[in-house]
Amino acid sequence: MIPMSKIAVIGDRDSVLMYRTAGVTVFPCANAEEAGEALRSIAREGYACAFLTENLAGELQPVLQELGHAPLPAVSLIPSGSGSLGLARARLKRIVEKAVGADILFQEGAGKHE
Amino acid sequence: MEIRVNATRMQLLRTRKRLRTAVRGHKLLKDKRDELMKKFLDLIRRARSLREEVEKELSLASRDFVLAQMAMSREAVEEALMSSASQADLKVRMVPAMNVRVPEFSWESPSMTAREAYPYGFTTTVSELDRSASILAGIMPKLVELAQVEKACELLADEIEKTRRRVNALEYVLIPRLSETVRYITMKLDEMERGNATRLMKLKDVVRAKGA
Repeated sequence: MIPMSKIAVIGDRDSVLMYRTAGVTVFPCANAEEAGEALRSIAREGYACAFLTENLAGELQPVLQELGHAPLPAVSLIPSGSGSLGLARARLKRIVEKAVGADILFQEGAGKHE
Repeated sequence: MEIRVNATRMQLLRTRKRLRTAVRGHKLLKDKRDELMKKFLDLIRRARSLREEVEKELSLASRDFVLAQMAMSREAVEEALMSSASQADLKVRMVPAMNVRVPEFSWESPSMTAREAYPYGFTTTVSELDRSASILAGIMPKLVELAQVEKACELLADEIEKTRRRVNALEYVLIPRLSETVRYITMKLDEMERGNATRLMKLKDVVRAKGA
């Protein structure tokens, strides 16, 4: 049992500023490179939970996958201020494909939306 | 498939034993895979509905926040948020689920007196900022749960893939190979047995011919 851990929010300045009110640690990053650095340092410093804005996540897939195999930290994607890009959905879809061998969930999901 | 074994009774017994173990292991792993899959599908469904909810509310919060920034100027908002709120605490427990250690988070919201919930002065800020903050405070537990569920999905997916590989390796490689070996040895032993019998009969004929 790890007693108390912190939560981090990483993203471009405009998207993550509002999380300051929620009692989490905010890492404003100008570009994907900085965000990658922030992600790695978060993993080192024992944060349990991190949120990354989607607009920076696109180029950080390798880092995300690397962190995906470790039990902590749990990195999740959140939409940036300009709205959802659907990357988080795509990520979930990829996980399903990996486990099941075929995408069975999002097909029915897509059917419902249309 | 090449089988390099000595066709002896010892080897036959040994191979049969290995085959039995492999079949048993195969059954167990298959059960594990099915159970993992069941859990995984539940988690994925949960992740999907959580994500939809969270994204909807986050977009509301960020809309209000943008409105606040427009009403107050960006610098003023940044200044108001310089002093950050009291740190929220996250309790983490590692829960074993089918041999996979999955983290479980529980969100301890920081004590919510008005002063701490809105860590800025009200005189210089607009109400949109408060609204954004309160929506965000409401959504945080869900956001944390989403992170937990997604992490669990990721870890389970890894484990499922591994287990599936093992099941397939047993089913399509090891078990067929072993049963083929067992067949080979039995045939060979039977053949030797028959050879022996023929030789004995032949010998008997020779002995009888001489005696007569």
